[in-house]
Amino acid sequence: MATSDRETVHRAPTLRPDLLALTEWIAPGERVLDLGCGDGVLLRHLIDTKGVVGYGIENDPARIVACIERGINVIQSDLDEGLADLQDGHFDHVIMSQALQAMHNTQGILREMLRVGREAIVSFPNFAFWKHRKSILEGRMPVSESLPHQWFNTPNVRFFTVADFTTLCGLLDIEVREWRGFDDQGRPVQEDLNFLAALAIARIGRRA
Amino acid sequence: MKHPRSVGFVEAQKAHFDEPLPLKAGRVLPQYDLVYETYGTLNAARSNAVLVCHALSGSHHVAGVYRDDPHNVGWWDNLVGPGKPLDTEKFFVIGVNNLGGCFGSTGPVSINPATGKPWGADFPFVTVEDWVNAQARLADRLGIERFAAVIGGSLGGMQALSWSLQHPERVRHVLAIATAPKLSAQNIAFNEVARQAILSDPDFHGGNYYEHGVVPKQGLRLARMIGHITYLSDDAMAEKFGRALRHGITRYSYDTEFEIESYLRYQGDKFARFFDANTYLLTTRALDYYDPAADYGGDLAAALARAEAAFLVVAFTTDWRFSPARSREIVSALVHSGKDVCYAEIDSKAGHDSFLLEHPRYHAVLRAYFNRIEV
Repeated sequence: MATSDRETVHRAPTLRPDLLALTEWIAPGERVLDLGCGDGVLLRHLIDTKGVVGYGIENDPARIVACIERGINVIQSDLDEGLADLQDGHFDHVIMSQALQAMHNTQGILREMLRVGREAIVSFPNFAFWKHRKSILEGRMPVSESLPHQWFNTPNVRFFTVADFTTLCGLLDIEVREWRGFDDQGRPVQEDLNFLAALAIARIGRRA
Repeated sequence: MKHPRSVGFVEAQKAHFDEPLPLKAGRVLPQYDLVYETYGTLNAARSNAVLVCHALSGSHHVAGVYRDDPHNVGWWDNLVGPGKPLDTEKFFVIGVNNLGGCFGSTGPVSINPATGKPWGADFPFVTVEDWVNAQARLADRLGIERFAAVIGGSLGGMQALSWSLQHPERVRHVLAIATAPKLSAQNIAFNEVARQAILSDPDFHGGNYYEHGVVPKQGLRLARMIGHITYLSDDAMAEKFGRALRHGITRYSYDTEFEIESYLRYQGDKFARFFDANTYLLTTRALDYYDPAADYGGDLAAALARAEAAFLVVAFTTDWRFSPARSREIVSALVHSGKDVCYAEIDSKAGHDSFLLEHPRYHAVLRAYFNRIEV
């Protein structure tokens, strides 16, 4: 008889490079909240490799079932309604991977992330990636690995760049503590993220 | 996935307990019977037992039918059976009629050995905690040290929650559905109106109506009608009945004019024929009194700190009796006390009643959760 169903080991599919990269910012045993956790792959990975106490928030019925099957703590909630049920400073890290661009209340959710978490990690498609710029110059909205949808069916409602995000953080008294970037092949980008990164990840905190 | 089937013919069993049961309200039940049903087979490791807790009007008859009463289908038959979300080929499922009930377990209708007459109004107050303790004794009797899961909806969800607090080491998973960590003033208000309907019925006789050969039918009927209003959503009522007229024309009378009236009267009459008024009073009071955070200054997270189980909490969007906000109170308290918890909010039109229905998304969530429980 199993003593705990947490022990169940599930074979995790290969993680996206941005998810692998942010794993290094998570210390063992942390309390982690993953906003828009999808089918729970990232949390499964963090539980298996870092032993975190993890919770995911998701609003899609099929993904919630997928999380349950993976043995992930998933809580159904609409992120645009905030995180009012959660206490200040309860989590070590609050993660939002590739979901900020699909949210209406951008400023509200960033504030909420840093209310319930000590730090937050946000990854998003960088609209100013050079191939996207080229596409715009050619007169077409960019469609790529990081922006896979057509303009008429994209779930994204906010299009912004690394530079834009930096400016918003300044306005909200949020400090960007570290950046990571990846090109459209998933290779790490070392410099000029706003131009060379298709996908950007920021580790942010409240300015002291 | 195998085609879901009924558990088929089932039989109720009775367990007699001679060891007195101390009750939360201070009195002691000297001896008692519990009626129960089981489905599936307890495995050799005794690790696959699931307890199903019933709500206000439920019973131990959770699934299947009786050989001599093939139309009496268990109240959660759509959930429990071979190939169903709570799969009886994997789990050993137990339904128990709670103490104070009127389906065979010791209650107000039973004979008080001290007087030789029905307990009636003298039956002691029983609480959610008392029910759980009685269920634990039945588990002892059946050789179950630890449940794979305890599941319940509404008042049953409160028992499931209470299991994790009263006997933390004895339950691995709690499935609390369409429930609340305590009643609101509005909930208590509805219960009070229902009770007053019974208490003010001239046939109630202070609760000792058995010796007068009557039952407070009118009161019980009214109580059930009030209940039914709270079980349905405004939308569901509008869709099911709207303003439809019983006779097609307005008759200007206080007789049944609207279909909704006909429905409520039918439900009330049906209920009054088989349910015991004293049980109704006791059970609504048990609901009112339940408040596990009370001993912790109202801090539910502190109250839940001792739980060892993992939790699944489910709520339904149109349930206004136990709204999703009430379930979220449980969920956030569990998160803050570091417990494993999943929460699903099901889009359903059917209000509080949804928890008894076979909603595809709802059952997909339950199926996924039960699948992940190892036995």
